[in-house]
Amino acid sequence: MASAPTATELLERCERLFADTALDAVRAWKAAHPGRLAIGHLPVYAPRELIHAAGALPVALQGGGDQVDIVKGDACFQSYICHLPRSTVELGLTGDLDVLDGFVFPSTCDVIRNLSGIWKLLFPQKYARFLDLPQAFDASTGGRFYRHDLEELGRELHGLGGLPPDDGRLRASIALYDDNRRAIEKLYALRRETPWLCSSDEAFLLVKAGGVLDVQEHTALLRAFIDAAGSRPRKREDRIRLLLIGAFCEQPPLGVLRTLEKSGAYVVDDDLNLGARWLEGDVGPSQRPLEALVRAYLEQSTWASTRFEHDEPRGAQLVKRVRRAGADGVVFAAPSFCDPALLDQPPLQKALTEAGVPFFSFKYAENTGQFQGIREQAGTFSDSLKLWGAA
Amino acid sequence: MSQPQGALQAAAKAPPPAAQKDSSMERQKQMIAGHFRALSLAKETGQRVAYTFVPGNLTELMHAFDVLPVYPEINALQSAMRQLSAGYIREAERLGHNEDVCTYVKCDIGMLTKGNVGPTGEALPPPNLLLLSYTGCFTFMKWFELLKHEYGCEVAMLHVPYVAEGQPTADARRYIVDQLKAEVIPKLEKVTGKKYDEGRLRALLARSRQAEDDLVWVLDSAKARPSPIDAYFGAVYYVGPIFSAFRGTQDAVAYYRELRAEVEDRVLKGLGPVTPDGTLTREKYRLVVEGPPNWTHFRDFWRIFHDEGAVIVASTYAKVGGLYDQGFRHGQADDPLESLADYCLGCYTNLSLPSRVGLLEKYVREFQADGFVFNSIKSCNSFSAGQLVMLRQLEQRTGLPGAFIESDLVDPRYYGHANIKNRIESYLQMIEQRR
Repeated sequence: MASAPTATELLERCERLFADTALDAVRAWKAAHPGRLAIGHLPVYAPRELIHAAGALPVALQGGGDQVDIVKGDACFQSYICHLPRSTVELGLTGDLDVLDGFVFPSTCDVIRNLSGIWKLLFPQKYARFLDLPQAFDASTGGRFYRHDLEELGRELHGLGGLPPDDGRLRASIALYDDNRRAIEKLYALRRETPWLCSSDEAFLLVKAGGVLDVQEHTALLRAFIDAAGSRPRKREDRIRLLLIGAFCEQPPLGVLRTLEKSGAYVVDDDLNLGARWLEGDVGPSQRPLEALVRAYLEQSTWASTRFEHDEPRGAQLVKRVRRAGADGVVFAAPSFCDPALLDQPPLQKALTEAGVPFFSFKYAENTGQFQGIREQAGTFSDSLKLWGAA
Repeated sequence: MSQPQGALQAAAKAPPPAAQKDSSMERQKQMIAGHFRALSLAKETGQRVAYTFVPGNLTELMHAFDVLPVYPEINALQSAMRQLSAGYIREAERLGHNEDVCTYVKCDIGMLTKGNVGPTGEALPPPNLLLLSYTGCFTFMKWFELLKHEYGCEVAMLHVPYVAEGQPTADARRYIVDQLKAEVIPKLEKVTGKKYDEGRLRALLARSRQAEDDLVWVLDSAKARPSPIDAYFGAVYYVGPIFSAFRGTQDAVAYYRELRAEVEDRVLKGLGPVTPDGTLTREKYRLVVEGPPNWTHFRDFWRIFHDEGAVIVASTYAKVGGLYDQGFRHGQADDPLESLADYCLGCYTNLSLPSRVGLLEKYVREFQADGFVFNSIKSCNSFSAGQLVMLRQLEQRTGLPGAFIESDLVDPRYYGHANIKNRIESYLQMIEQRR
């Protein structure tokens, strides 16, 4: 009987998937599943369950990170547009995304919205679907609209060659993703409770792997890591506990996360890979699974700068999240030119100030290569909290 | 060619010449003054005030409840034209607003911090309602989230779906109507204590339609040679009443009737557009412009074009508050709420990029343009993201070269006059050489 993989082996696999910007893993999946679709989706949230129920592989596209040289993509965007769309276009124009049969662009912000149009102009032969997630959270308005939108998406995936919409299949897909969400939540609980057993960059790689893996395989990978993590020879260190916020769309390079942890901090909670954690809790079994998916979006969507603040102010929610994570402070890490993240910062920082929670902030791009400034900021912040209990 | 130092100094000291104005402009000025007067008296008169946005605005519905609208974008651009925006933006950045984000937002936040004084020198009243018409711009939503924290008043959210596939869907229309019934009208009833009166709304929409007919005639007049109007710099004034507080009013009907008569007269006389420096006497280049203007140096920016005899014969910015020239009219649909929904869906920045390219191509052909200019705005992702791809598509489809310049809405730090002038002049020379 083969022995269970070690945490190191699992992480090495995730690193390979992370470096796989040409989507070789997706090509392998398609080769193993002839005739089935692979559908890419942009950040932040897309209903992967629906894509999965069409027999397709949902593929999370999060740009090219610091691994892709941008040549053609820069010719499509002005200097004041964030980095993710230019690396995504670069990957598209170099053929790395050819393996995908279609693309879903959620209504994250104006840039992702317009990227859907760029895709139609540059790749007219490819299926490119803008998904307007409702900003009205009443079931009779936004709920009805969203249900119709999802029904249409299901029909279009079928038209592309996917399986026809079917309640039984959707129910099964929802159950698989509920299981996946529970595994991700368990990983985050591990970090909150024993952050020395799983660093921020490791957790990032583990969750990100789900962007290209079949959901069951990803859930199994997460569980195997959680089982193996306890046997790692790591000791608790005297570090502050940080909550990282603002990185929900364009992801920071691994170097940023490693720098933060090397500067005297454990990042015990974050909004990285937020799409995978968008729905809080299970969608649950239902006779009407599409309705359940809609209801979950309306009622269980997580704290996010891309959703209209229709209920409790985000500042209050952030303070609660800080308390729940047992964080000593907050780091606002937002991509340059990210309107949703940056426009949220002043009220969030005001709420933290009123609650006595220290914070610091910096901006990054997915291909940032200089970390010294971040190291100095984070190190000073960490030292001041350890020495005086305040930044 | 360099000028003698003394001439430069004299020019620097001389006050700018007064801009030439048509009588319709004077009428508009009076209308705006009256509106701000009513706003300044709102506390005494008890009239309710709603802050809202230009694209997808529900002005007729607000009038049906006797609500006075305030448009923060317009406050921002007016602040820029009065050279106040730089200070307001600095103030907002001092409060923690990032240098990367929309300068309309920062200008508004700064203006609020400094007493919210409007263009007439009187403080604007705080809103009773933030009417968030979330049409064609994600930042609108974030903007009003910020204002909600400042004012703590009612917020009515109207999510207008993006028209990604070329045509609005029946479902999108219904979604808007549902929200008008479930969210917007109840909030208007709540803040005003008045009941929704459909008959009154219908009457307002009918007046909008009259004004819209005349506006479209004016915009179409640019097909004449020479064009009697500048459909970008001049159109900024022409669309003012219909994009803002006056749609649905008799004042707007009278304004557009007068404007049309003025333009008809110019066509008969074969006159070019009125610029701040007088009538343009020689139309040398006909251009289409995509993107908003820079407001901090509006007259300088315009002068770059009219000094060279370049007239803008069509622009997309003049369509952000409604695509009337493509056939939409308020009150067209039987149901007035459906009519409002159709309006919201059709505003320019709510259109997909392929639709925007298609519209630009149509303008280039129908208005017999020699070329097109993209003014890419640093602050405005809604307009700007994807414009470089649009430019290349448009060049391929029309066989004409395009020009691409960059500036900002209201942040003077991002307006480089010499650079823009250089690029536009080079571009016009290229057009000349290709003739």
